[in-house]
Formats: sequence, structure tokens, C-alpha cells
Amino acid sequence: MNRMIPPKYAQKIMNVVFWAVGILAIAILVMVIGYLLYVGLPQVNLTFLFSDPIDNGAAGGIWPSIVSTFYITIVALVVAAPLGVLAAVYLAEYSGENTFVKTIRFATETLASVPSIVFGLFGLAFFVVYLQMGFCILAGGLTLALMAIPTILRTSEVAIETVPQSYKEGSMALGSSKWQTVIRVVIPAAIGGITTGIILGMARAIEETAAILYTVGATTTVPVSLFDGGDPLPLHLYTLATEGISLPNAYGTAAVLVILILVITFSTNYLVERYTKKMMGR
Amino acid sequence: MENIMQIKDLKTYFDNTNVLKGVTIDIPKHEVTSIIGPSGTGKSVFLRTLNRMNDVISTFRKEGTILLDGEDIYDSKVDVVDIRKRVGMVFQKPNPFPKSIFENVAYGMRVHGAYKKAQLQEVVESSLKNAALWDEVKDDLDKSAMSLSGGQQQRLCIARTIAVEPEVILMDEPCSSLDPISTTKIEDLIHKLKNDFTIIIVTHNMQQATRVSKYTAFFLNGTIVEKGLTDKIFIEPEDKRTEDYITGRFG
Amino acid sequence: MARNWEEFFIEKILLIAAISSIIIIIAIIGFVVGQGYTALGTIGILNFIFGLIWNPEYGLYGIFPLIIGTLSVVAVSLLFAVPLSILGAMFLAEVAPRTMRRILRPTIQTLAGVPSVIYGFFGLIVLVPFMRTHFGGSGFSILTASLILTVMVLPTILSISEDALRSIPVEYKEASLGLGATHWQTIKNVIFPAAIPGVITGVILGMGRAIGETMAVLMVAGNVPLIPTSILSPVRTLTANIALEMGEATGLHYNALFATGIVLLGIIIILLLIVNWVNYRQRVTIGGGYL
Repeated sequence: MNRMIPPKYAQKIMNVVFWAVGILAIAILVMVIGYLLYVGLPQVNLTFLFSDPIDNGAAGGIWPSIVSTFYITIVALVVAAPLGVLAAVYLAEYSGENTFVKTIRFATETLASVPSIVFGLFGLAFFVVYLQMGFCILAGGLTLALMAIPTILRTSEVAIETVPQSYKEGSMALGSSKWQTVIRVVIPAAIGGITTGIILGMARAIEETAAILYTVGATTTVPVSLFDGGDPLPLHLYTLATEGISLPNAYGTAAVLVILILVITFSTNYLVERYTKKMMGR
Repeated sequence: MENIMQIKDLKTYFDNTNVLKGVTIDIPKHEVTSIIGPSGTGKSVFLRTLNRMNDVISTFRKEGTILLDGEDIYDSKVDVVDIRKRVGMVFQKPNPFPKSIFENVAYGMRVHGAYKKAQLQEVVESSLKNAALWDEVKDDLDKSAMSLSGGQQQRLCIARTIAVEPEVILMDEPCSSLDPISTTKIEDLIHKLKNDFTIIIVTHNMQQATRVSKYTAFFLNGTIVEKGLTDKIFIEPEDKRTEDYITGRFG
Repeated sequence: MARNWEEFFIEKILLIAAISSIIIIIAIIGFVVGQGYTALGTIGILNFIFGLIWNPEYGLYGIFPLIIGTLSVVAVSLLFAVPLSILGAMFLAEVAPRTMRRILRPTIQTLAGVPSVIYGFFGLIVLVPFMRTHFGGSGFSILTASLILTVMVLPTILSISEDALRSIPVEYKEASLGLGATHWQTIKNVIFPAAIPGVITGVILGMGRAIGETMAVLMVAGNVPLIPTSILSPVRTLTANIALEMGEATGLHYNALFATGIVLLGIIIILLLIVNWVNYRQRVTIGGGYL
């Protein structure tokens, strides 16, 4: 305890410390994002976005990477969103609290904490080698799907659990079956939270690098089929930056990635805010 | 008769909602004053304005003056912490800290800079005795306060408050969550405490007001309808609305 | 009757979705262990974990320097991140006015959402040259990696701690303020002690994130597989080791990298078990708790 400092002064000192910490957090974000946009945005133009790279990215644009990121994210979501949401429905509506459910929760928690590089190892050993997919969009996308499941599951579960019991009882009392209640009442009421979960899962898929390092390959042509290799944006940035290929193009790629993530973050925030307002308004 | 607190034309707002609409009352020293009235008429808001507890809420705003020993407690030169030390508070639901019984009572002294074990022990003992709890807990001072019954917890909260030696103790329906036996104990305690402290108590229970207080103020819709000696208010109220309330015709 | 069949069928589908987590985690552990255990057998577990030299070209697979690398980077980053996060959480939960919260909360959220490769890139082009100029050496070091990691784990620890601080009943706060304690005394003596289990959970999960982080560390830590001698030494972490060498690894080398994955998985699972234990204790002791 601060025997030396009178409480009144301790309070004043701590106020300064608190504000300093808060401002520091804001300053870090502004610095990282501001700097990358500052050096990166001048590199970004339509030609950069829509043309193929030349010499592995030493010159030219990033179009194949944009397409790869798009494909790989779609693959991840097509698999992860239904699995995550259905699992959330089961956990929130169909199961009680027992050892089995606790096991599922612990598995989900573990899945959420497994280092991304270990997902990469698994993707390599299972999809690429064991299932003989080779390095391709599909193998990378499936690996990312596994990473996105816990995010989607947990966010959706919370959203479903917060649907008031009275809604469900109201529906049941009208003679609806459990599944009808889920489809017609519970999911519509929780749709904001579920969408947020899916967007967060998408963000995780878009930004991930380590897990796709050894699953998608690094083909710098536009992928056509799911079995083509790809070079998603984060991977492209990593290669450009660490192999000293082209710093200006790395700046540009970083700026595109930052903007993508900012758009996602702000739209999630907007959705959440609108959703909570709507729920409160009722 | 000396007045320890003087409240003049007090109005309070949360955002733009006006709760108290001009409350004027003097609080006599070393007496018990009851605040009665229907729910939602601003009794708790009034009480929490007297020790600036509402300052915690950012949208709170007040007009009018509150004097403690002749000094405006909302004056910019006044330290809010000092005010809360001088005007203690016992809450509706017992709210002991999740610490030991000893630490609960010693907490106030610790934050005000007392560290000597002997001094703490002395004050803890006398406060618990004053709160009529000592005999029940003297062997269990290291036990968690959460292990006590609701009535014991509330007396512990009173002990915790008097350990700081406030001039005024605010009690916000201190018995509302307690059983009748615990309630009786707290009421006996209030009688004893008025020798050393001034007590303002908000209560829903009109019998309680007649049992514990010498003065009573009847609140309705953010104003005081009637105030004065408790006996007079309950036997021959001047205002029709007071009469309706105490005879149970509304509220 | 048709409806009953339908309900039954749907419930089974949902159940399958729900157990997919279990299946996936078992598959991950199965495949990583399956590919890695042969290496553990050939190299020997003790030689693998406590071996001081990692040099696949000479058939030397000791990950001890990598374990030390991971531990040092994680420890230093927590040294910065824990106090900052806790203060930040107190600020957000208790002190900050509404407008500040409206700015700070999305800030923290965005910090959490910035891709790790972006942090790594920023570290590479800004922080590494800065460290090189001001602290000498190559600029790739434990300190550089820790600074980047601090920013990355801060949102995790901060938001979990904030939730924990917020969940403390307002009655405690009022009681303390009502006794004339200052706001800081109230935070320090009442609110924070009651929130400690939640804060510990946040710290452990932050630690998990730091241990598992790959790209950012890979880009700024220097990746030298030697036991560091100072905070300015370059190090290689377990994750970076896999990311660096998987591309050209074959045979025993390939399996040894999976064995590195086993170690990582083991550490993460132990941390999660600790978190669950802390949460369990919290549930048991709340109400009857003595702090």
C-alpha cells in the first residue's frame, strides 16, 4: 500500500497513468495503420490492383493474389459457416450441460488456441499429402475453415443464447416444434450476432498467413479451379517483404490488406451497433 | 436544536429527466429522520445526493444547495472523498466486500491511512461491538464476510460504516432484504447509534418509521409533501395526500 | 409421426456439426503426432527437447534453443503487455469517460484484427531499422519481437480483464466509495482483487497467443537457432522454426518439424487446462471466497 503517497495524490498520478495508457494504445494503432497507408496508398492504383505480377511481384500488380484471397475465403466460409452455426444451435438449444457438452466446449476452445502454424502442419499432412490434393486453393481454404469454425461457433452461440426465453416459449405455445421455433424465431432474432460471427471468421481467413504457407503453394497466376495453386495477399506480402523482391509492391499489398481488414472491422461494428439498437428498441 | 445538514431547493437531473423537483429540509443533529413515500419518488436519489454518490453517474446534474455543518458539499473546493467519509452510507442490499470480516471493517481506516495493527484491531472491535455483532463473530474475524447471514452482513456493513466515524449515516432501506428478527436487531441498533451519529433512513415500512425516527419527511413525485415530527405526521397529517399514503390508500 | 422423424433427423445433423470440433482437434493431434512421433523415436525425446544444436544438415535436431527462444520472447512481451493491459482495462472499465471509451474500444478491437503479417511487415520496415540505429546489432532481436508481440497480445489480455473488472458487482464499488475511499483505492483494493481470476485467464490466453504467433515473430526475431545471450540477441522460436524450414524439409527433418508441432500443441493444451482450472476455482470460491 502506498504509505508514502497520500490517497489524493495517488489518485491524480493514476489518472495521468490511465490516460497515458489509453492514448498509447490509440497512438500505436494510428502509427501502424497510418504509416502503412502513408507509404502504401501511393502504390495502389487500378493497374496495380488488376494486373498480373511480373517476376514474382518485382513489378506489376496483385490481381492473382486478390482472386486467391477471394477464392480461399469463400471455400473457408462455405465449410465453416454451416458447421459453426449448426453446432452453435445444438449447443445453445438442444443440449444441457453435461460432460459431453463440456468436452465439445473444451475441444472448441483448444481449436481456437491451436497455433496457426500447427494448422498449417495439419493441412499439409492431411489435405495436401494424405488426401492428395496437392498445394491448392482447396487445401488452403479447408485449413482456414478449420480455424474459422471456433470463431463462428462461439459468436453464434452467444447470440443464440441471448434470445429471450419468452420468444421461444411464445412459439412453442403455438404448437411449433423445436426446429420450427429455431428456424422461425431463434435464428431470425440472433441473425445479427450470427452474421458478426461469420464476418469475424472471414476476417480470420483473410488475414491468416502461417496456416497457408504450406498448403496453397505460391503460384502467381490467377487460379481458375479449386485445385490450382494460389498466392493470397498475406502470403504475397510475406514473400515480397522477406525475399527482398520489391519494397514498393510490398507497401502497396500491405495497404490493400489493411484497408480490407479496416472495412471488415468497421462493418462488423456497424452491424453490432445496429443490431443491439434494434434489440433494445423492442 | 442544531441542524447538521441543510438542504435547500434541491433539484436533480439524469440527462434531462428531472427527478427531484425542489426539496428543502433541515436534518437535526443526533436524531433519526425517516424518508417515506411511494416507489420512484426520488427517495434514493435524494439520499445518494447527500454523500455525492450520484457523482458516479456521468449524466447526473443538480441544482440547489446542500450544507453540511454550514459548508456546501458540492462546492468545487470540497473534496468528494472527504464528504463520503463524513457522510457514510448503508445500502439496501448488504454489500460486504469478498474479504474477511476483519478486513471489511478495517477497510475504511486502511484507505484513510491507518496501518498499525493494534489500532485497527481496537477500532474493528469497538465498531463490531457498536453494531451489536461482536459476540457473534469475535472468533471468526478471519472468515469471509460472505459466510455471514444476510442480517449479520448488514450489521457488518453498519460496523464498516461507523468505523470511519462519519457524522451522518445514510441508510437506504437497510432492512428491505432481511427477515423480521434481523430487522428488529437493526432497528435496536439504530436507536443506540443516534447518540453518536445523525441518521437519515429511507424506508418503505411505515411502522419502521414510527419505531425508529423522531422526524419524518413524506416524498411524492420528487417533492416533500409534508415533514415534521414523526408522531404528528402519523397521527394528524396536515396534507390529504399524506393521510392517503399512511392509511394505505395509495402507494 | 413424420414430424417426429424430421425432428429426430435434424437433431442428429446438429449433433454431428457439434462434434465436428472434437473430430477436428483429434484429427489435428492425430496427424501432427503421427507425423512427428517417428522423429521423436529416432532422435530420442530427451535429445530432441534438451539438445542444444538445431542443424538439420548435420542431422542434429535439438530444440532447446528454440524453446528458450519462444520463452524469452513471450516472457519479455508479457512483461510489457500485462501491466499495460491491466491499466488499460481499468481505464476502460472504470475511469474513461464515454467519448474516450467510444474511441478506445474500437481501437483495441482493430489492434486485435490487424493481420500478424502486417505487424511483422511494420516491424521489419520500421522497428528493426529503429532498433539497429539505437541499440546496435542487426535490429532483429528478442526485444524487437517482444515489442511487436506486446501490441498483438494486448487486446486479448485487455478485453478479458475488462470483462472481469466489469463483472464485479457495483455494490462493492459503492460500498468502498461510500466509506470515503478514492476511486483508485477502490479499484486497487476492491475491484481488482475480486477480478483477479478473470485477469489471470486473460494473461494465460494472451500467453497462448504469444507462444503460437508465427509470422510477426518470424519477420523480426532474426531466427538464429542459438540460446540468446542478451535481450538484443536474435532468436528463433518454435513456430518460426516450422515456418522457415517446412518448405525444403524431407525425411527425418520433415518429421522433426512435426515433432516441434507436438511440443507447441502440448504447451497450448497445458495452458488451456490451467485456464479451465482457474475458471473452475473461480466458480467454486465465488460467494464463499476469501481474498
